[in-house]
Amino acid sequence: MEEKLGLPYAAAPVTPRRRRLPKRWYAHVILITAIIITGFPVYYAAVVATQSNTQVFNYQLTPSTYLERNWDLVIHERQLPRYMLNSVIVALVMTTGKAVLSLLAGMAFVFFRIPGKWLIFGFVLITLMMPTEVMAIALFRLVGVELQWGGYDAMIVPFIASATGSFLFRQHFASIPGELSEAAQIDGANPLQFLWYVLIPISWNAIAALFVIQFLYAWNQYLWPLMVIHETTLKPVQLGLRSLRSGTETGDSFGPLMLGAVLASIPPLVVFLALQKQFMSGFALTRDK
Amino acid sequence: MYLVSPLVLLLLVALAGGGWSAWRARAQGAAPAVRQRAQLLALLGAASAALGALILLAPLNFCPFELDGDGNADRLNVMLGIFILLGGAFLAHRVASSLVGRWLRGEALPGATETRTGLFSGPGSTLLALLCLAPTLTILTLFLYYPMFDTFQLSTQLARLGAPRTRFVCMRNFNQLLGDPDYGRTVLVSFFLAAFIVLFSLALSLLIAQMAYRPITGGRFYRALLVWPYALSPVIAGIIFELLFHNTAGVLNHVLYSTFGLKVPWLLDPTIAPWTVVVASTWNILGFCILFYIAGLQNVPNDLLEAAAIDGASAIQRFFSITFPLLSPITFFLVVTTTTYAFFDTYGLIDFLTAGGPVESTTTMMYEVFEVGVVARNLGSAAARSLLLFGIVIGVTILQFRFSRGRVMYGS
Repeated sequence: MEEKLGLPYAAAPVTPRRRRLPKRWYAHVILITAIIITGFPVYYAAVVATQSNTQVFNYQLTPSTYLERNWDLVIHERQLPRYMLNSVIVALVMTTGKAVLSLLAGMAFVFFRIPGKWLIFGFVLITLMMPTEVMAIALFRLVGVELQWGGYDAMIVPFIASATGSFLFRQHFASIPGELSEAAQIDGANPLQFLWYVLIPISWNAIAALFVIQFLYAWNQYLWPLMVIHETTLKPVQLGLRSLRSGTETGDSFGPLMLGAVLASIPPLVVFLALQKQFMSGFALTRDK
Repeated sequence: MYLVSPLVLLLLVALAGGGWSAWRARAQGAAPAVRQRAQLLALLGAASAALGALILLAPLNFCPFELDGDGNADRLNVMLGIFILLGGAFLAHRVASSLVGRWLRGEALPGATETRTGLFSGPGSTLLALLCLAPTLTILTLFLYYPMFDTFQLSTQLARLGAPRTRFVCMRNFNQLLGDPDYGRTVLVSFFLAAFIVLFSLALSLLIAQMAYRPITGGRFYRALLVWPYALSPVIAGIIFELLFHNTAGVLNHVLYSTFGLKVPWLLDPTIAPWTVVVASTWNILGFCILFYIAGLQNVPNDLLEAAAIDGASAIQRFFSITFPLLSPITFFLVVTTTTYAFFDTYGLIDFLTAGGPVESTTTMMYEVFEVGVVARNLGSAAARSLLLFGIVIGVTILQFRFSRGRVMYGS
């Protein structure tokens, strides 16, 4: 889609005259309205994070002074940093593992002669159509009941292979000219050296694409940890937020909950905004997995 | 005891598959190479059809065709069985016939011709390649293919979480669902949510992207501020929207009450709560759609739009006869992704916002799978529900593919 539809311009000189756009005031109105509507929920959540519960019922739209008390509850009493740490570990290990396994698989698919290669590739590719959610019950029986995993292992190992990643790197490597691997072979590099010194350095864009998709996927996972993680100290942050939900002496506690929600949103937001371009190029290839 | 022996069933399917392949090879004006080898095609067609049926029905132990003690077979089961039988046969047959057809026409099988140069081919290179693939293949087999197979098995069993023994109950898990009005409602709720989430998020994002993609003062600023909510998890969206829509603490009701004297039970009324979920989900996924629509709009050639403008097409005409058709691949991609989002990923949002209530008006099929399988510990029924959900999502996706065929323009 990069290509533009070229109209056959005749030899007549094309004047570089650009039509001046009319002042599109209505576009500004719609965009600003859209930004306010999308932004307001999070703004209000951030404001409520600084309020006490009674203040929430007074509907102030400005920050209050209760942040310190809420912070204390969220950080020290309810152990949010612990949950955040769990999420960071799971997300980083999972994304790194996926990148390594997918790089290896992608290299095998492109730079080697394997009997029945397309069958193996089909075996990997078809899993893109098998959503994990559908087999969650059986996976739960396997991992949670039979293997008795209930920690990082349960959150990471079943998802450490990635059809998306294998496909992404296969496509990327296939666009690399064969001269490169020939030259590497002439220089006496073995395949792993070729991967390490040649392929990875020219693949950072694809790696970043995989990283941002998988990081968001791992960080935002909820249903699966809800099934397998029962140890409080091992819960990821999405699950940990549940513990902020109730249980102050005043019943519902919106302030701490919103503070937790805002804090838990920072890492994925930073990653997403920093790697937006790569996110799109990667996501356009396949749905996340 | 079976209504018909599984062997006879497979033979029938094989016959049908073989006949169908032979007929297609002869009648449909296939390439000469294909036409001359009709027997071979028939043979392979028969084998693949039988194999496909076997793959889908063997995990179920062919039990849709099983007779009860009195020598009767449940008609519904038999129909379901025939459907699965034919479905499996059709799928495997399609794959096999396209591969065989390519081979007979002398075209390369996918990936058979290695045109690349510079392949590693030293001693042991194949072994090394397989070693590189081994971790991925092992994980996928163990944690994706096996659970898939196990889901089929579980769906025919009376299995409870924590109970060591299971009992084979054939199709009973499915039969119970088909007569269950509660289950029917979860299906309806899922479709309702999916339809409106897809509709709203696509329509709104297209409108916003249409405003934001052109060089406009502050364009970068606008674009950055529009796309970020996608990075927030559905759980966070649920938490934040609970704060907005809460019956007493919600700021929305406060505004409505102080201006119109109105209090809307957003989360407490079974007819309103699904709409609240739709709004929250749309908010969550909107940025994602905007991101892709902006990229798509920037690829719509300006010359075409200007030429149409010179010919006197109004802005609305230009949009519907140029922009929208050129965007169709992106629209299609977004329809498929938002549909899967609505069916699967809204779980966390619903869990925090409404917890499936009030009176189960926001209990989706996915939500029900968890409730039945993990909370109520009925693994068999949950597996059956998962399979039906899977079937529905696959069906919807295929429908979307069919509908888009001929309407979606690629490669502009």
